[in-house]
Amino acid sequence: MATGAQTKQQVEEIEPFEAAQEIEGGDVVLIDTREPHEYQEAHLEGGKLVPPGLLGDEIATAAPDKSARTILYCRSGNRSYKAAEQLRALGYEDVASMAGGILAWQEQGLPVVAATGLTPEQRDRYSRHTLLPEVGVDGQLKMLNAKVLLVGAGGLGAPTALYLAAAGIGTLGLVDDDVVDASNLQRQVIHNTERIGVPKTESARLTIEALNPDVEVVEHRIRLDASNIVEILGEYDVIVDGADNFPTRYLLNDASVRLRKPVVSASILSFDGQISTFVPFEGPCYRCLYPTPPPAELAPSCSANGVLGVMAGTMGLLQANEVLKLVLGIGEPLIGRLLLFEALSTRFTELKVRRDPNCPICGPDAPEIADEDLGKFPDYELFCAG
Amino acid sequence: MATVRIPPVLRAQTGGQAEVEAAGSNVGEVLRGLTSAHPDTESQLFGPDGDLNRYVNVYLNDEDVRVLEGLETAVSDGDTVVILPAMAGG
Repeated sequence: MATGAQTKQQVEEIEPFEAAQEIEGGDVVLIDTREPHEYQEAHLEGGKLVPPGLLGDEIATAAPDKSARTILYCRSGNRSYKAAEQLRALGYEDVASMAGGILAWQEQGLPVVAATGLTPEQRDRYSRHTLLPEVGVDGQLKMLNAKVLLVGAGGLGAPTALYLAAAGIGTLGLVDDDVVDASNLQRQVIHNTERIGVPKTESARLTIEALNPDVEVVEHRIRLDASNIVEILGEYDVIVDGADNFPTRYLLNDASVRLRKPVVSASILSFDGQISTFVPFEGPCYRCLYPTPPPAELAPSCSANGVLGVMAGTMGLLQANEVLKLVLGIGEPLIGRLLLFEALSTRFTELKVRRDPNCPICGPDAPEIADEDLGKFPDYELFCAG
Repeated sequence: MATVRIPPVLRAQTGGQAEVEAAGSNVGEVLRGLTSAHPDTESQLFGPDGDLNRYVNVYLNDEDVRVLEGLETAVSDGDTVVILPAMAGG
């Protein structure tokens, strides 16, 4: 292809069918010189996005080899022509601009990678997600297809549910048998003053429906117990533990290990919070971390000891972050790690959590457990509820 | 000296302090240093047999002492011993 004397020479322009032939032949660096939202709607397969304003910063990453054949395109051919001139000035030796841009390409019936699967409303609503390369349209579709169960629609569940709903998690199950109380409203931001006395699952559903019609809310207005937990958990991909009592936390752990469901677990009290992600058999479980629950005097509840309202938001959103990473399959979830947050000192501490080889639930010698024994301890009555 | 981080549920027994300095060459000695300075913490950390209560997790820096040498785990100057009970608030 034409390289020749680069200086003061016009940028080479090629027709879409020529570009298509070259691309098919391989050894071509293909650069999309449009804005991210345009790229997201439709782009050429293999096209790397380098917006015009970021060309100087990003071209070296997208096209590290200045001697390689580099084809640029945009919407109609103007921006790519200017960008090609810039690349020439930067020392790129073999640059071409595709005449007519992606419009001409599509007019000739050549294929593009289009944002399929999302409606125009969804493309708009989730554009700040789909712009992220780690999420994209595929990731957003994963979220819309995900089923997440929130155990507790209270302090932790309220902010977690709000943000997961806004993010477009397609199915949100809510487990809570309580009604909204005035004392909840200092932290349970999914409810409001008019909803005092309304079941929490219903109040949360109303807020979520107003926020995002894409989300289907499934109300489980019950208290989890050994007789119902296996059936309920079975419907979901990821479980979020925001329970306010130890019996539910151990029950949830035991059932989720058996069903191999990941659990994002957090707890809050006064100015302190803890969070970890338990993926059965990949990392430790809740019982590996806490083999036995503390006695009642060491297990105070938020209703007895108080909790700073923002703790629910801080830890709840860290839970939502873990859920999204698990759904998207990106990043490093808190598997085998316990993160502590202390609000007064604004300090995060990370501790290691190991699988316990003697764990009665996920250890190699763990026995089969009958349904009615899920979540049980010999000294069950010592648990502090609420 | 090591720094012992006190969880909220034990702060009533340490006069509200979130961190206490304690001397000792291993985790057990450091915790005994804490219980002698703040005797009310004793029954919550140790059982009648002198072992750590099972519901109390203790970390040397970021590692659970159960996977180290337990109360015998050596402690150096400047180490942090974290006492961590489970919490259930939601």
